[in-house]
Amino acid sequence: PHRTRCCAPSGATPAMNCRAEVLEVSVEGRQVEEAMLAVLHTILLHRSTGKFHYKKEGTYSIGTVGTQDVDCDFIDFAYVRVSSEELDRALRKAVGEFKDALRNSGSDGMGQISLEFYQKKKSRWPFSDECIPWELWTIKVNVVNLANEQERQICREKVGEKLCEKIINIVEVMNRHEYLPKMPTQSEVDNVFDTSLKDVQPYLYKISYQITDSLGTSVTTTMRRLIKDTLAL
Amino acid sequence: AMDTDLSSQDRKDLDKFIKFFALKTVQVIVQARLGEKICTRSSSSPTGSDWFNLAIKDIPEVTHEAKKALAGQLPAVGRSMCVEISLKTSEGDSMELEIWCLEMNEKCDKEIKVSYTVYNRLSLLLKSLLAITRVTPAYRLSRKQGHEYVILYRIYFGEVQLSGLGEGFQTVRVGTVGTPVGTITLSCAYRINLAFMSTRQFERTPPIMGIIIDHFVDRPYPSSSPMHPCNYRAGEDNGAVYPSVEDSQEVCTTSFSTSPPSQSVFTVTKAHFQTPPPVVTDTLKVPVMGLAFSHQLSSSRLSYQPAALGVGSADMGYPVLFAGGLNAAHPHQLIGPGKEGGVPPIPSQPAHGTQADQERMCTPLDGVHYSAATPSSSEDTETVSNSSEGKCGSPHDLLETIFIRKVGAFVNKPINQVTMANLDIPFAMFAPKNIELEDNDPMVNPPESPETESPLQGSLHSEGSSGSSTGNTHDDFVMIDFKPAFSKDDILPMDLGTFYREFQNPPQLSSLSIDIGAQSMAEDLDSLPEKLAVHEKNVKEFDAFVETLQ
Repeated sequence: PHRTRCCAPSGATPAMNCRAEVLEVSVEGRQVEEAMLAVLHTILLHRSTGKFHYKKEGTYSIGTVGTQDVDCDFIDFAYVRVSSEELDRALRKAVGEFKDALRNSGSDGMGQISLEFYQKKKSRWPFSDECIPWELWTIKVNVVNLANEQERQICREKVGEKLCEKIINIVEVMNRHEYLPKMPTQSEVDNVFDTSLKDVQPYLYKISYQITDSLGTSVTTTMRRLIKDTLAL
Repeated sequence: AMDTDLSSQDRKDLDKFIKFFALKTVQVIVQARLGEKICTRSSSSPTGSDWFNLAIKDIPEVTHEAKKALAGQLPAVGRSMCVEISLKTSEGDSMELEIWCLEMNEKCDKEIKVSYTVYNRLSLLLKSLLAITRVTPAYRLSRKQGHEYVILYRIYFGEVQLSGLGEGFQTVRVGTVGTPVGTITLSCAYRINLAFMSTRQFERTPPIMGIIIDHFVDRPYPSSSPMHPCNYRAGEDNGAVYPSVEDSQEVCTTSFSTSPPSQSVFTVTKAHFQTPPPVVTDTLKVPVMGLAFSHQLSSSRLSYQPAALGVGSADMGYPVLFAGGLNAAHPHQLIGPGKEGGVPPIPSQPAHGTQADQERMCTPLDGVHYSAATPSSSEDTETVSNSSEGKCGSPHDLLETIFIRKVGAFVNKPINQVTMANLDIPFAMFAPKNIELEDNDPMVNPPESPETESPLQGSLHSEGSSGSSTGNTHDDFVMIDFKPAFSKDDILPMDLGTFYREFQNPPQLSSLSIDIGAQSMAEDLDSLPEKLAVHEKNVKEFDAFVETLQ
């Protein structure tokens, strides 16, 4: 993956370096969801801990994170995710929206989904809290259309192999042991971790996506494509 | 001034972390090669026994083997802990697939905090290991084990031996963690020329099988550590064969502190199922307690078979077990012939005293893995019926297995004893029998089966059609490997595959018959010149339109 540094969008405070990683995949339409979930879950597996239980004297203990295997239906691939139904639901919702947006946009099937880990920094009134990203993962997706079943079968395997590479890439990044937010005190824990889940505690994250439309407005693209395809007969 | 030497407390903690990290590493690797999906639950309250805050079950036998290999030592420079994963076919050929290495190098990080940073990074490394164990080629192979091959593991400690992986093996690094005494590295070297073996091996491609044959392994480095099957069954109720408790079955409840480093507290508590909640102390105790973990693996893990201690040779140690030649996830099919009409791999000669409908597993006797069946049994299958007469000699001898060996392509026996019914293709009885069709490749088109009656054959063949005549009506259509979805292992008289075959050649629709087709085509041809004339008139408009689309 490419590795760059980007600065946090904040005005007054000094910019904090946020590392950014980019992954790219080419998949068939029906593989989008599973491929995205595989990548996002793998990242979150590494970026989630057990629930913190604070005790007196500033000590805390950490709950236990369970894991489970997930088999893909449309890709020859399996991955491990954190055992948390809430987290899985949240990711599925985001990925589902991304997939629908990709499908409805009429673009050439290109888009990207981003997973950003951030810290909250409380500001004094009247300024609202800042979100300062410290790690940004971008997954670029290119949807391909396949003509027949044989191509689809090959695609199943190829995408499976590609995803294996992506997992290895993700693990490489995780292993660099670069910046991680300091372990927070009890009063600060919600500025670093998402404590809303009942069984695990991922770092604060947000997922966003955008659909790439290289030709301008999506309506024009669709019409042009339709006519082009018809004439191509 | 910073104290650069490791305090004795930190040193003890670090050693303990490394030891349990090694044990958990082995568990993760072996469990990832069991052939099943693993699932553990998250728990928001620390249970006191989950090292590195991860729910990783401990299979007692695996822990035992790991401890045996380590023999009280820890990974150090030149002393690596290796988990070797290999594949062994039903023919007895084996091949090394992967070597997972936990190594230590000399690069020290004196300033890192043991009880906090090292611990958390080891936890992260275990998560990476969970992820990486699913992406090497051996994972997919291990998910399909049970029919033609099994996956074995072997743990050894010392020098890493990669020569068994063949040429061009690849390495993937799982991760590293720096500690004050050295840097821990976890990596995997894996054979790559099985990448294309993933789903299609054993079905039709002789060259691939050739690889396995060529790798009949006499271990180049005879080692004292035996091979074990990855999938096994925890003995039913015979308690812990291996004491799941040793002198130091230690638990770890860690407490972390957010206050400045000098005040960080690392505590270990004793957790006992019957004792009151753990008391947090500020010293590290070496627990001496009897934790009787009943390692209840979930009941869905039916593919486990007991890894018997068997009279092992140094090399093969633990004989290989098969789950009756069927998908191990469906043990209910391991029943007597004739039941459910499914494929009953068990011949009408169950082992002594076993009830036909009760699944039992046992180990084949060492050295006699695949003994020939007695003459009275069916000629088309070889069965190994191992009596339970105490020969197993293993702690798991409560269980027996009826072991069916699939006759594969490399069997050294007269061809006419090979029957198609043993091929792992569904609807084998429909496959054409003509051997000329596929280059004499017995994997694709085995020769005719003899007409012997056996309970196995009787249940495979549908009523009214004997095995050898069914294929004749389909001579013109070579169906080699027909696997309709959802019906892989299901050879019933009438099911999806049969349905498909019967209806795959429906009669032509009358509207598509030749004279009507010819008629409308003639009409089309006649009207063409008119249409062309019209289009030619408007050619300028069309051109302009096309321009706008460019």
